[in-house]
Amino acid sequence: MKWRDSWRFSAQVLLRHKTRTALLSFAVAIGVCSVLLLTSVGEGARHYVSKEFASLGSDILIILPGKKETSGGSIPFYSTTPRDLTIEDAQAVKHLSSVKSVAPVIAGTALVSHKNKSREVIAIGSTQDFLKVRNLTLSHGRGFSQKSADLAESICIIGAQLKDDLFGQQKAMGQWLKIAERRYRVVGILEQRGESLGLDMRDMVIIPIRSAESLFNSPALFRILIALKPRQDESLTEQRILSLIKKRHDNEEDITIVSQNAMMSSFDRISNFLTVAIGVIASISLVVAGFLIMNVSYISVSKRQQEIGLLKAIGATATEVRVIFLTESALLIGLGVCLGLAAGYTIAALFNQFIASFVLIIPWWAALASGLMSFVIGLLFTWLPAAKAASQDPVSAMRGN
Amino acid sequence: MTQLTMTKVIATKQITLSHIDKTYLVGEKPLHVLNDISLSIEAGEYISIMGPSGSGKSTLLNMIGLLDRVDNGSLVLENTETTVLTEEQRAKLRRNSLGFIFQNFQLISRLTALENAELPLVLAGVDANKRSEIVTELFESLGLADRLQHLPKQLSGGQLQRVAIARAMVMSPKILLADEPTGNLDQKSGKEVVGVLEELNRQGITLIMVTHDHELGARANRQLQMVDGVIVADSATCIEIGTNK
Ligand SMILES: Nc1ncnc2c1ncn2[C@@H]1O[C@H](COP(=O)(O)OP(=O)(O)O)[C@@H](O)[C@H]1O
Ligand SMILES: [Mg+2]
Repeated sequence: MKWRDSWRFSAQVLLRHKTRTALLSFAVAIGVCSVLLLTSVGEGARHYVSKEFASLGSDILIILPGKKETSGGSIPFYSTTPRDLTIEDAQAVKHLSSVKSVAPVIAGTALVSHKNKSREVIAIGSTQDFLKVRNLTLSHGRGFSQKSADLAESICIIGAQLKDDLFGQQKAMGQWLKIAERRYRVVGILEQRGESLGLDMRDMVIIPIRSAESLFNSPALFRILIALKPRQDESLTEQRILSLIKKRHDNEEDITIVSQNAMMSSFDRISNFLTVAIGVIASISLVVAGFLIMNVSYISVSKRQQEIGLLKAIGATATEVRVIFLTESALLIGLGVCLGLAAGYTIAALFNQFIASFVLIIPWWAALASGLMSFVIGLLFTWLPAAKAASQDPVSAMRGN
Repeated sequence: MTQLTMTKVIATKQITLSHIDKTYLVGEKPLHVLNDISLSIEAGEYISIMGPSGSGKSTLLNMIGLLDRVDNGSLVLENTETTVLTEEQRAKLRRNSLGFIFQNFQLISRLTALENAELPLVLAGVDANKRSEIVTELFESLGLADRLQHLPKQLSGGQLQRVAIARAMVMSPKILLADEPTGNLDQKSGKEVVGVLEELNRQGITLIMVTHDHELGARANRQLQMVDGVIVADSATCIEIGTNK
């Protein structure tokens, strides 16, 4: 039998039994499509969070006041209150050779108002380096100069949402607003960028560090953000910072350093696990679809025992019968897989078109695995009954037992 | 057994069955459907097999047509001992030397008359052009020229059986086996179909036909009578053969 003829023979079966073809290929398509969509949710979630982490910039260290017990400190019992982190601590860190920039941060909430409008927002006291370390850019203005931070100037940078709330369509640059009854001039507006690690940057006001010190009436830093120079040994720098601060804090190790990369890699582990877990769920759905394929193939091959018997009676070998049925099955599954891929990618694209806050990303391996698995299951469960029927003598097959 | 040595002895016959046995298991009980059947047939013979229902006529025909396997004995077709052939060799022999016609036509319902008839040629790997040439010519001689593109459900019983005859003939076999070919037909189309088969026999093909219609069976040059898996009468030898178990 020629290849072209066996393809034609199989295509005829599919074309002339349209209902059966539709039902079977939908079973495969639904399996493939659900695998794609389930894994795309996992992959989308992974990308969403890692983008958030990446927006913080890589090679970032964060110094927090206080010793976290879980980080394995050498102090068996915890001394009363840790010493505050200070602006001077931050300046000392800046002198380390591997450090590119340092942003001391004071944070608190404050009532911000302009004319008759007011909002309670998070006020951050920091330096221009804060913008660099957190990868923030200004849509208007230039922000703080090096001096303005030290001189406690009454200037501020505001988030895009805050600008809209207080000024509406009016020009905000150069205008004055009040933060807790003190007057600040707007020297910069943050670019619309949304959330960053749970902090809504659009809804925030940034003032020079020294201004914040007097506003909140405390020199204690909330944390110090440190950006490393490229290709620096992170853990070595961590050690240097630890010992530097320890020296400055009467030999007490009373700070915790969190590294961006460490957070990232533990996050990656979680999200990889998530993706694999979703892949497993998806595989189960494919196995369920495979079960359906198995049943329908099995039944339809059994129903066509007579045809198998006839083919053998007119001279088809067992191999030819198997080839005929496997070709048919391959066509059917190919059709189902194409439908499933098309449906999966279309649904994901439509979702992404209309829902901006979350992006569905179909991983290539999910498309590959679901396609392959469909073929393996479908062909296997066509092969088993077809091979059994084909190996019988024509009369037995025709009698259907 | 000495099956292989027999091959030479009966080399002049087209079909030779020697001591054929066939037993089916019905539940636990063995059912002896064919009992020590020996028979030889020459090329071009016209044979009818008659006998009561269940006497083993179809089983015997299926054995000769290689649609089933014998339990014991030897079956030689065209100088080939078939009981030692592989499954694939048997399939090739069915395709090339044997044509089979069934009582219920056995046409594939989704395929047109042309597609049904050309199936053996498709299996044999013949070109599409050559195939339709062969089928068209056969259809013309069978009075089916305008039925090539019809589906089985659009054809009458007589036409269906003629399509089946075309399918049996496309490979130009030397032996044509028909199991109650008129069983599902009215008298008129039954006569037509038998007429076609007899015409093919006149052109040289060996025709073996199972029937329980005595009038029909009597038309054959040689008549076999079967009872309980045994050939009890053979008009060629005029010998009544007893059961020997
Ligand atoms: N595959 C089978 N399994 C069990 N019994 C069978 C099988 N094929 C035929 N038989 C039995 O063998 C006997 C002869 O069958 P068959 O050759 O079809 O008879 P006939 O064609 O003369 O009516 C019947 O009793 C039938 O039931
Ligand atoms: Mg019968």
